[in-house]
Amino acid sequence: MMISANLNTYLIIAAVLLVIGIYGMVQHRSLIGILISSEFILNGAALNFMAFNKFVAPNPAVGQIYALFIMGIAAAEAAIVVSIIIAVYRKYQSEDPEELQDMKM
Amino acid sequence: MIVYKYLAEVLFYALVCLTFAGGIMAVRSKMLMHAVLGLAATLFGVAGLYFHLGSPFLAMMQILIYVGAVCIIIVLGVMLGNTPDQLASKNLTGRNLPLALLACTTGFISLFVATISRTEFTSATEKVGDMSIEFVGESLLLQYCLAFELISVILLTAIIGAIILARGGREEKTS
Repeated sequence: MMISANLNTYLIIAAVLLVIGIYGMVQHRSLIGILISSEFILNGAALNFMAFNKFVAPNPAVGQIYALFIMGIAAAEAAIVVSIIIAVYRKYQSEDPEELQDMKM
Repeated sequence: MIVYKYLAEVLFYALVCLTFAGGIMAVRSKMLMHAVLGLAATLFGVAGLYFHLGSPFLAMMQILIYVGAVCIIIVLGVMLGNTPDQLASKNLTGRNLPLALLACTTGFISLFVATISRTEFTSATEKVGDMSIEFVGESLLLQYCLAFELISVILLTAIIGAIILARGGREEKTS
């Protein structure tokens, strides 16, 4: 049996993407690094939706629409987070998450 | 015909390797620019996996939106705010490392052992429609119209919010 035509393969790949994202989120020491790691988690979720769409779901359009939705959310999130990081950098002159103590900008 | 099947299989392995290598590069690199490069490699790999899953449209969208837009935004963010070398070198040896390893191993094991390997997924008996762009576009505009409208509102909000957030500091500085 072909391994690329198996649902579990894609689920494991998506799980590894999620785990890489969590690892990077905990370990990265800059705000941009955390943003990059969050993109991995979103990609794992979208890959899961596409895998279930191919192998399980009765309507093959739903998973594709959901993956497109996740892409739109990720684009909006990246734009917002980068502008927040620029504002934070202007205020604190630093990107270390541990220095960002007070919420008032 | 069988040759093409094995070729596709080899391509699948290559794409998975590209995805994982990009991920490891993104989380283990010292320079943020290398991390963005790793992210782009992973996104290309996932686009290839979408192709394998029978949706060339989503693969193109992945390359267009993620690699073309999100990565460029992150590169802009990297270039506008610099991370000091001291902070960047802590990236590999920080005290968060055991915590991160623990979180990802327990996460993967609990996902794999408790969920993926135990569950039997039964595929649907009959399918409506196909994977074509026509069907996706029709469903997006008729049946799943709410998702379409929501994503438009979210993108508009994000654009306005990004402009307000990035402009605010500059006005304070000039006055």
